[in-house]
Amino acid sequence: MSELVLKLDGIAKLFGDFRALDGVHMEIERGSIHAILGENGAGKTTLMNILFGLYQPEEGEISLNGKVTKIPSPRIAMEMGIGMIHQHFMLVDTLTVAENVALGLPDQGAKLDLGRIVKRLAELSEEYQFDIDPHEEVWKLPIGMRQRVEILKVLFRDADIIILDEPTSVLAPNEISNFLDGMARLRAAGKTVIFITHKLDEVEAIADNVTIMQHGKVSAEVRVVESDAREMARLMVGREIVHDVVDRGDQKPGDIVLKASGLRARDNRGIEALKGVSLEIRAGEVLGIAGVDGNGQAELSEVITGLLDPEAGTITVDGEDITHKSVYARRHTHHVSYVPEDRHHTGLVLDFSIAQNSMLRDFRIPPFSRKGVINTSKVREKAKDWVDRYDVRMRNIDQHVRFLSGGNQQKLIFAREVECDPRVLVVMQPCKGLDVGAIEAVQRTVMAERANCKAVLYISTELEHIMTVADRIAVMCAGEITGILTPDEVTDERIGALMGGIKEEGVA
Amino acid sequence: MLTAIRYFYLLRPIWAVLIALFVGSGLILIAGVSPITAYVELFKGAFLDYWGLAGTLVKTSPILLAGLAVILPLRAGLLNIGAEGQIYMGGLFSAMAALLLPEMSALILVPICVLAGALGGGLWGLIPGYLKAYHGMNEVILTILLNFIAINIVSYVAGGPMMQEGAPYPYSEEIRQELWLPWIMNGTDAHAGVIVGVALAMVMFFVLKYSTIGFALDTIGKNATAAQYAGVPVKPYIVGVMFAAGALGGLAGTFEVLGLKYRLYHHFSPGYGFDGIVVAFLASVNPLIAPIAAFFLSGLKAGALVMQRAVGLESTVIEAIQGLVIIFVAASLGFKYNATKWSQFLLRRRKLDAEVGDTFAKTPKGDE
Repeated sequence: MSELVLKLDGIAKLFGDFRALDGVHMEIERGSIHAILGENGAGKTTLMNILFGLYQPEEGEISLNGKVTKIPSPRIAMEMGIGMIHQHFMLVDTLTVAENVALGLPDQGAKLDLGRIVKRLAELSEEYQFDIDPHEEVWKLPIGMRQRVEILKVLFRDADIIILDEPTSVLAPNEISNFLDGMARLRAAGKTVIFITHKLDEVEAIADNVTIMQHGKVSAEVRVVESDAREMARLMVGREIVHDVVDRGDQKPGDIVLKASGLRARDNRGIEALKGVSLEIRAGEVLGIAGVDGNGQAELSEVITGLLDPEAGTITVDGEDITHKSVYARRHTHHVSYVPEDRHHTGLVLDFSIAQNSMLRDFRIPPFSRKGVINTSKVREKAKDWVDRYDVRMRNIDQHVRFLSGGNQQKLIFAREVECDPRVLVVMQPCKGLDVGAIEAVQRTVMAERANCKAVLYISTELEHIMTVADRIAVMCAGEITGILTPDEVTDERIGALMGGIKEEGVA
Repeated sequence: MLTAIRYFYLLRPIWAVLIALFVGSGLILIAGVSPITAYVELFKGAFLDYWGLAGTLVKTSPILLAGLAVILPLRAGLLNIGAEGQIYMGGLFSAMAALLLPEMSALILVPICVLAGALGGGLWGLIPGYLKAYHGMNEVILTILLNFIAINIVSYVAGGPMMQEGAPYPYSEEIRQELWLPWIMNGTDAHAGVIVGVALAMVMFFVLKYSTIGFALDTIGKNATAAQYAGVPVKPYIVGVMFAAGALGGLAGTFEVLGLKYRLYHHFSPGYGFDGIVVAFLASVNPLIAPIAAFFLSGLKAGALVMQRAVGLESTVIEAIQGLVIIFVAASLGFKYNATKWSQFLLRRRKLDAEVGDTFAKTPKGDE
């Protein structure tokens, strides 16, 4: 076994009462590529933020090169030779590569010596075959090249340990192999690379060791050569999967209501987020979408509800093409309802009252308004009725929703999106940040809609929640649906593999 | 108790004005005049005297309409600094309609002139609205810059193609008397523009409060993402609201030309468009309060002249006081009523009272 460059022992991090990290132990060898694998909320990013000095652990110790040490700030971390590349790049687009590297570089004195930086950058770029022109402005570079600029930035500061947070999530498929080659060259030069990921094929392709995390704990630390993707998938999901606790009755799904085929779309950074997604939902059916956050789920919900234009593909509701219909038409002609992920910035207007938020979806149609005039008493009547029936706890309906708890805000959104009698209900991460009682209320509502013969698309990163409500479970990874399972077919190994991007044979 | 605190917060522009006048009295003292006499003269001259009141109302017309031109887009989160330019374009278009169109009955031509003025201002609002909505440009900068363009276009037209022959400085021919706006106070300059302004303020109040358009605008202003999610076509709304705002500014200019000046003068507005911004803030973006705010601000302006004559105070002092009013009112809007904070404060007070009461009650027992 080669020399340890970094050793973590019993690291714990608390946010309030919540133990985000709990007794994490990890050993990282010099000159290796070490992957950290885990689902959302497993604590991967928290752990890396501790290594980079952004957080201080409450318990445990960090040893760097065999010496116990503290990492009080990113600046000190960099002095110690630890560099971090965040998922979202920290680059100034209008500056050149060299200027970006010069930004915040210590010991520069009063005079900006770009010449020296350019020379050194050119050498580094040459050494690692990064093919970067130091004089190029960053906005002209494709995403993969910008990532190299980020790596050059930390190399320029003589980092020995390079941490990458989900480095491939922003890359196009053809850029990924280049990226992996780059990693190999870093390893060849004696650097230690730690990268966070949830994609199993990348781990298999490049990593020497992998630490698998789950709920803030290390569930396994294995050598990649001694393991395989199936085993890693099982370790990543690694829990008893609870099968179907809700009574589904003997309801048979009806006709196809929502049908999407070949959807392609780019996210707001111009990266392809959907790469040909097709799905069908029948009346009285809940289709769950599982997967690690940021694999195209948000874009899928936005494309279906009309907030994001697809580049290709079609969407139909009851056989009618709605691909290019406005949000208004989708909501009122085709009866698509949407519970968005972000309650605060999308689903509600925080500085509106409960009554005002109740009419947000339908304020332009009766009974809320007639001929452009809002019927205030009707609005209040509806709002009162809804808060009663959906058990929204509040002082009165004139209270701003800002002051409601997350669960009560979500109940209000559900009331609004369900009471309008939709055909299609798209639900995105509805249980994020809710307590058990509110989660149950949300799931009851979804099941009631299923019983009412609605087509429900239920997107979540919480596998248990999906298992509870969904008739079929589609798994998304890197903008594609990697497989569709029924709850009975779900095993931790199968779903872990699908979430990790390993498609099953015979899946479209 | 909480409601009392809430009303105290609601009235904060008034407290701000009072504080500003108090601080201003220091300036008046330094200038060597009794602040009480000065203020009495000011308010008598602005509001209590027939001629003075007329002078105030003359200024209220453009200031109120400009205020509405700022308030409307502000509800959708857009800051229209361009009311001044919109006033100029409104004046230009209405003057051109009045002077260049063939002779016809005033009953037809007056509405045409008014609509032309609204259209001119509207176009001047449409440009920044379109660039904001579809090209993401900053409406503040655009409207500021368009002011200069409009002012100079009017200077060119009034000093060039439309200049009256032999005029000593740039102004156009006089508009026929049938086209003048009616007066509302005998023998004074006060014209019907102010009545139209108040009527429009009422209309705007009801539209914003009870119509779906108003609700959509407020939603855009408070959370544009949520508006999009609710299916509100945000971009067309931005263009539309800026056009409407420009039209209001255009009306301000129209009534200056048809109601007061009867000619197109260069530099005919002494910054009424910017006073509109002050009105919007004084009125806390509420169109129902806008007439009061505009009336008050116009009174300060009109009364300043009277005060200057009566007590020999430099008009620069009153301009400084106007500045103080603006600063204090703007600052007062930074104090937001927070129900939770205040109820918690009151709760703590009650707890403290209870604690203190308890301690007093317990002390003798401890002695025993």
